[in-house]
Amino acid sequence: MSDMMNVSANPHIRSKDSTTKIMLLVIIALLPATGFGIYNFGLNAAILVCTSVATCVLTEFLYEKLMKLPLTIGDLSAVVTGLLLGLNLPPAAPFWLAIIGGVFAILVVKMLFGGIGQNFMNPALGARCFLVISFTARMTTFTYDGVTTATPLAMLKAGEDVNTWNMVVGTIPGTIGETSVIAILAGAVFLILFDVIDMRIPFTYLLTFVLFIGLFGPNGWDPWYLTAQLAGGGLMLGAFFMATDYATSPMTHLGKIIYGVILGILTGIFRVFSSSAEGVSYAIIISNLLVPLIERFTIPKCFGKGGENR
Amino acid sequence: MSKILERLYNGIIKENPTFVLILGMCPTLAVTTSAINGLGMGLTTMAVLVLSNMLISMLRKIIPDGVRIPAFIVVIASFVTVVELLLEAYLPTLYDALGLYIPLIVVNCIILGRAEAYASKNNVILSIFDGFGMGFGFTFALTLIGTIRELIGSGSVFGFKVLPAAYEPVTIFILAPGAFFVLAFLIAIMNKINLVKGKPAGKGGNCDNLCKECSNLTCSGRLIKEDK
Repeated sequence: MSDMMNVSANPHIRSKDSTTKIMLLVIIALLPATGFGIYNFGLNAAILVCTSVATCVLTEFLYEKLMKLPLTIGDLSAVVTGLLLGLNLPPAAPFWLAIIGGVFAILVVKMLFGGIGQNFMNPALGARCFLVISFTARMTTFTYDGVTTATPLAMLKAGEDVNTWNMVVGTIPGTIGETSVIAILAGAVFLILFDVIDMRIPFTYLLTFVLFIGLFGPNGWDPWYLTAQLAGGGLMLGAFFMATDYATSPMTHLGKIIYGVILGILTGIFRVFSSSAEGVSYAIIISNLLVPLIERFTIPKCFGKGGENR
Repeated sequence: MSKILERLYNGIIKENPTFVLILGMCPTLAVTTSAINGLGMGLTTMAVLVLSNMLISMLRKIIPDGVRIPAFIVVIASFVTVVELLLEAYLPTLYDALGLYIPLIVVNCIILGRAEAYASKNNVILSIFDGFGMGFGFTFALTLIGTIRELIGSGSVFGFKVLPAAYEPVTIFILAPGAFFVLAFLIAIMNKINLVKGKPAGKGGNCDNLCKECSNLTCSGRLIKEDK
């Protein structure tokens, strides 16, 4: 019998993408930033990233064993969460901070809400905010070359001059994975080429953010200031790797643009008007919470429904 | 006597206002930053609850049905004012710690709920013990939440340092999100215990047509309907 006669139920066209494959691509895309972070900050950074990944995978494994659920650690999503959490820790943090963060990310934010695809906010960022609120001093003390210094973003906030070139290359204090714009952009281009992330979210995010800083920031449209704001803090890492998380970003095209605009405005508000210099992680988790609402209003109408007279 | 004990058991375990009825969430989440605050809030609420239950039960044949809620509120608000003034006079530190949440006891759902559901229909003695039972249940829950939050969030219990100095407190637990974490985990544990104690609901007609006593919420009587 020929294939033409073979009748089957829809869907008839299936993608060969699997969760494992997408997560593997994200891990590969994060490798430049991870590698640069370890090169830049040394051994403790490597220990933190490894601890964080191991804790996340182990927590997911133990929870699913104890609850007698199907094991999902093979899909590598816990590795991605652990890696992102590790990259969001300051390089001088003690290793137990990574363990607490990893357990919180997987157990509370991800598994208690139903596991992969069901989490309502990005697990890595949820854990980061948990740690920032709990251990404020440890999470906001940045050491570089053995000296505790202010991040360029904090210096910008204080009105001091910063070396924008160093911020782009990444030889600045900050969290392990956020410093090097070049390394992050290399990973982002890789993800966009492999069609893993949608350009709409990061680009509307960054565009809205630049417009906001230009309009409301202290220095107006000064290109050096805008570049420094773009390159500083977790903006690049957040825009390309965390705002685009599938489970916590909208599915519709219009929804993605609205989501990006909200992200940009929130980040701008936090950076310009709040007392702290950084606001990317809070902006992303607040926007994560708005995603169900955005999707509700941007869901396309079914064919034949919603005519003029209805 | 057995009815009195039944009221106490009902309030503390079976219908615990915090863990089972999920009533009075505002003080539960807001003031349990330490064990002593939780205990203070619980005892204050219990005093108001017992007294208002008693008076409303006494007045239950006089209060007309149409205006019973305003009448209950007046009774409750009077007792809250009395308790508030007493606290301010004799326990000023606790008064300062609880702050706005003392006058807010007036609108606590547990008190109005017990007045409406129990005291307005039952005699005085039983109503008083209903108030004690519910009050103990509430106090127990608030003290437990407060103890856990204080232990994790500042490493002490009732103000005494119990964890070694090397322990770094997880500050989020004495902030607002910590209240939600602790409450959610405690309710989850309570539900788990209650489900284990309940009759196991297997596949098929294992409920023996006794769906009232079946603890399996996912079934909730559907199997019976299908059989018919």
